[in-house]
Amino acid sequence: MNNGDIKTTCLHDCHTALGAQMSPFAGFDMPIQYEGIAEEHLAVRNACGIFDVSHMGEVTVTGPEAEKFVNHIFTNDVTNAPDFKIFYGMMLHANGGTIDDLLVYKRCDNNFLLVINAANIDKDVAHIMEQAKNYDVEVKNISDPTGEIAIQGPDSEKVMLEALGLDCKDLVFYTFMETTLPLNGAPVLVSRTGYTGEDGFEIYSDTATTRLCWNKLMESGLVKPCGLGCRDTLRFEVGLPLYGDELTDEITPLEASLGIFVKLDKPEFIGREALAAQKEAGVSRKLVGLEIKDRAIARHGAEVILPATGEVIGAVTTGYRGISVDKSIAMALIDSRYAALGTELQVKVRRKVFPAVVTAKKFYKKSYKK
Amino acid sequence: MKTLYSPTHEYVKVDGNIAYIGISDYAQHALGNIVYVDMPEQGDDLTAGEEFGAVESVKAASDLYSPVSGAVIESNEQLIDNPGLINKDAENTWIIKVELTDPSELDKLMDEEAYRKHCEAEAAH
Repeated sequence: MNNGDIKTTCLHDCHTALGAQMSPFAGFDMPIQYEGIAEEHLAVRNACGIFDVSHMGEVTVTGPEAEKFVNHIFTNDVTNAPDFKIFYGMMLHANGGTIDDLLVYKRCDNNFLLVINAANIDKDVAHIMEQAKNYDVEVKNISDPTGEIAIQGPDSEKVMLEALGLDCKDLVFYTFMETTLPLNGAPVLVSRTGYTGEDGFEIYSDTATTRLCWNKLMESGLVKPCGLGCRDTLRFEVGLPLYGDELTDEITPLEASLGIFVKLDKPEFIGREALAAQKEAGVSRKLVGLEIKDRAIARHGAEVILPATGEVIGAVTTGYRGISVDKSIAMALIDSRYAALGTELQVKVRRKVFPAVVTAKKFYKKSYKK
Repeated sequence: MKTLYSPTHEYVKVDGNIAYIGISDYAQHALGNIVYVDMPEQGDDLTAGEEFGAVESVKAASDLYSPVSGAVIESNEQLIDNPGLINKDAENTWIIKVELTDPSELDKLMDEEAYRKHCEAEAAH
């Protein structure tokens, strides 16, 4: 749907009826919070929360050269993958900068679903279409007619069964099933994935079915509606990147410490030469965790300083007062010479400088069910 | 003590030449859970209309603007470890105590009734 300049998802009226605080995000009017970020964050860590993520983009790639084409534009390796397996990885520019990070769902031979960030839909689709000219594939952007709900937290498996009649106990982490929703017989794609560090599922369907699922989930009384505010604090605490913060057109996956999703042993993909050279030479900057030794919060853009010289050696990409972790913590992209764990640095917040120490960027332990 | 308000949602409680500055209940409600307050040091000079610190919720930092000019006598040390006191009782939890240098500036601020209308107009946007 498109009302003037800002888009809305198929669940927009559900959010306003719940009294959500709405704000523009990636071109959509999205719920930032309902009851409060901290309450929603803890609901996902301890029970179950649901998110409207219908703003995310979906693109299908089908045809005889689909596997070869996905391998060409994607850093991970989908060669001979089993059906219903999901891969995380990136699409890169030739210079190694990141166009987007995405999930690739292998439905069957010659048939893939790409799930991309809402903010990048136009850019990604243009890139994919351009690259597809040289391959025997059909590319379709199905973002608008596709709705998506994320069900996240330790109670998710029970909620899927009790609220929606979807038995997911045999669904393995990072795999999916294509089934029908017992409530209306409509096709749904259900994956054991998420962006919170907790067990959980994502359901893709037509928008009417998305609305039905949302309403049934809310009626069950088993879940708390959760906004994008806590989606960000949850993903941040477990060290997951957000495109726009930890990854951009100028940041490579190696700099963002995401090298395990880049398969340099593949014969070919866009950006491979640049990343192979960067790996050979060593990265000059690296994404790290920082713990700030004060209650001050170093947010996106805050300068990271070398105490000995006062030199600016990088910047914070995301920072919060942790919710599950009661500390001021941040991720920062800094000069790799100072990236060793335990290195003492400083961050500048407005006009004050605070001590900070380099830590692992997983501030809170993930509890995936594998 | 008389309470006056700025358009940017700070309040001033005036006791002679001394002013207690904090944020309004409307502001704390709009911000949500406050997790950090950035306060000036004792002796810092403030200029009316200029930024003197910030209050931070989980999501964002909001700058604080001084409604008056003066010198900081004290910042509220309770807020270092308990920033959430502002959420509990914003208008009785001052952030800084200031010695006024130009009490005539108080005439430009809103009384309770004018501030209530200001908030209603803002909420309507």
